[in-house]
Amino acid sequence: MARTPVLDIDAMLADRHTRIVVCCGSGGVGKTTTAAALALRAAEAGREVVVLTIDPARRLAQSLGLTELDNVPRPVSGLADDAVPGGRLDAMMLDMKRTFDEVVLAHSTREAAEQILANPFYQAVSSSFAGTQEYMAMEKLGQLRARADREGTWDLIVVDTPPSRSALDFLDAPKRLGSFLDGRFIRLIAAPAKMGGRAGLRLVNVGIGLVSKTLTTVLGGEMLRDVQTFVNALDTMFGGFRERADLTYALLKEGGTEFIVVAAPERDALREASYFVARLEQEGMPLAGVVVNRMQPSAAPGLTAARARAAAEQLAEADRPAAAAALSLHAEVSELAARHRNLVRRFTAGHPSIPVVEVASLAQDVHDADGLREVGRRLAGLP
Amino acid sequence: MPPAPDPLRADGFAGVRLHVVTGKGGTGKTTVAAALAVALANEGLRVLLAEVEGRQGISQTFDVPPLPTTEVRVAGGAQGGEVVGLAVDAKTALLEYLQLFYKLGRAGGVLERFGAIDFATTIAPGVRDLLLIGRVYEASRRRHDAKHHRGSPPEELAYDAIVLDAPPTGRIPRFLSVGAEVAGLARMGPIHSQAGSITELLHSDATRVHVVTLLEEMPVQETVDAVAELRELGMPVGAVVINQAQAREDLDALGAFGGLDAPLNSDPTAAAKLSADLEAVGLDLPRATVEGLLDEVHRHTERVALEVEQLTVLEQLGQPLVTVPLLIDGIDLDAVTEIAALLAEQGMVP
Repeated sequence: MARTPVLDIDAMLADRHTRIVVCCGSGGVGKTTTAAALALRAAEAGREVVVLTIDPARRLAQSLGLTELDNVPRPVSGLADDAVPGGRLDAMMLDMKRTFDEVVLAHSTREAAEQILANPFYQAVSSSFAGTQEYMAMEKLGQLRARADREGTWDLIVVDTPPSRSALDFLDAPKRLGSFLDGRFIRLIAAPAKMGGRAGLRLVNVGIGLVSKTLTTVLGGEMLRDVQTFVNALDTMFGGFRERADLTYALLKEGGTEFIVVAAPERDALREASYFVARLEQEGMPLAGVVVNRMQPSAAPGLTAARARAAAEQLAEADRPAAAAALSLHAEVSELAARHRNLVRRFTAGHPSIPVVEVASLAQDVHDADGLREVGRRLAGLP
Repeated sequence: MPPAPDPLRADGFAGVRLHVVTGKGGTGKTTVAAALAVALANEGLRVLLAEVEGRQGISQTFDVPPLPTTEVRVAGGAQGGEVVGLAVDAKTALLEYLQLFYKLGRAGGVLERFGAIDFATTIAPGVRDLLLIGRVYEASRRRHDAKHHRGSPPEELAYDAIVLDAPPTGRIPRFLSVGAEVAGLARMGPIHSQAGSITELLHSDATRVHVVTLLEEMPVQETVDAVAELRELGMPVGAVVINQAQAREDLDALGAFGGLDAPLNSDPTAAAKLSADLEAVGLDLPRATVEGLLDEVHRHTERVALEVEQLTVLEQLGQPLVTVPLLIDGIDLDAVTEIAALLAEQGMVP
């Protein structure tokens, strides 16, 4: 059987053509930590890196030596003494509401901006609408890339992605926005009279009448007026927004972007990983490989679980509880490690050409730069 | 005199009809939700297990074909109980809702063609979440259909209990307060009153929000944050379910090899002790294997120490704690049954 190719993280990070690394995966697989560890490793290898995280993990901020992460890239001091000179690391966390506000302010007149920011619908959409995070992650990535190109600030952007239910929602963001803006519904709700006049067909008019009536019945007149104000106010700005989202989407498909799918050795997480891999292929997005975190290591692979269990029984009978406990533990560790290996093997059998790196779980949670460095070493496949 | 009740032990949650199960991603909330539904069904209850994230977690957990948008029986319980699964879909829920409350007929199709349904379920703020909860709310109030349940009085509720596999902790306060939020946006009219009834149910004594966590820093921190936020919103918090806990019983015995001050695998005394013990039962292992075993002991001891630290944090929440151990063989239907029994033993069911 052909061996699964190994994901060579160091080669990817060292390649100056790599300008964007996107980490995606389902929730709880260590995606944010992986993104931060990759960014630190790249910076210490001499790259100028900015890492954009989505999770408000205070621990992660602290492990980067920052009290807090916010919507502006902050320099991370404390790169290792033996780091390759010339490297730097900035870190930021996506604040979707602030990013949305900035877009509004940058693309509308002051008067229009104030009207939008005060609209109750805008406030709800910008802070709670499921999906806003994905749009704004794309928006922020586009901004960072534009700034990197303009000012030469960074030569590598590492992005963590939102833990969406369908975790590649951010890929759909521009398209969804596009279909929404081009849709009849938004035109209808924004300017019903205008569209009715232009369409001119009686059948359509009947439809519109029905829709308007239904909307008024269901939503109530006041809510409908709020929606209309909101949609009208955003109308001018949306065009630019969508164009940039399209540009960012195109950017992701270009050479220079690498996707990393992060998973854990669990049935559900690996199923999600398979879905990601298929989606990325379908979209023509460049997949560097899959990281499987949280693998149970076995430090004594020479002793099988069955033998350890039998010995543990004998040891218990011989009244040697410490050794009995150690061998019982080894039996469990070995079985868990074997299960993890089997799950990964099944995944790689289904995706034989996709590079994979397995990362042993840490006994301790990551607290500091040393912890991140250790994760980085393991990502690079070092023992 | 009977012993004083332990505040950290779940009291069976008698009278609770809606169990909302949340947790950080990767903590196993879907498994725990499924196990809780099975545990309730084993009490002879008719239980609805609902998921709202379109992941088909229920069908995967119960090893049945993907669920349609209707309610389907997925497992039987003891004493005539059963688990009915429902994968709530926002679009279907909206069309059903419009049909039910407004007798829309043809207008539903027109709305769909105009993209209004897509707008409402993907773009409009909060509506999606409201529809998802609304569908669960509707199921919680539905009465038996007399035609199909001749044995039961028609006024009896269709479900004795509902378990909701809810969005993860990061999204849960917002998800559960969507009723209030939408009620604020739609200041009157049918949506307003519907949203209000949902808010009422979620704040009532018939509801509990259970949080699933691992004994690791990040999930515990998220649990603490979520519990604080839920309390602030006036939502009744139920149990904190600790999942995948390491066994702690062997710590005393393992302590004989030494403490956590230095790595055990490079400790000659520990290695000599273990080798001597092993030789006593005729097991002569290479030095590297002995050191490997000690490395595993050290790692396990370290991990458990960390878990104990996190457990202390959770104990301070003052919510009932329920523990599910790490299952080496992974999660299949047998594991769900096993976890259901553990939940029942620890007071998660009446």
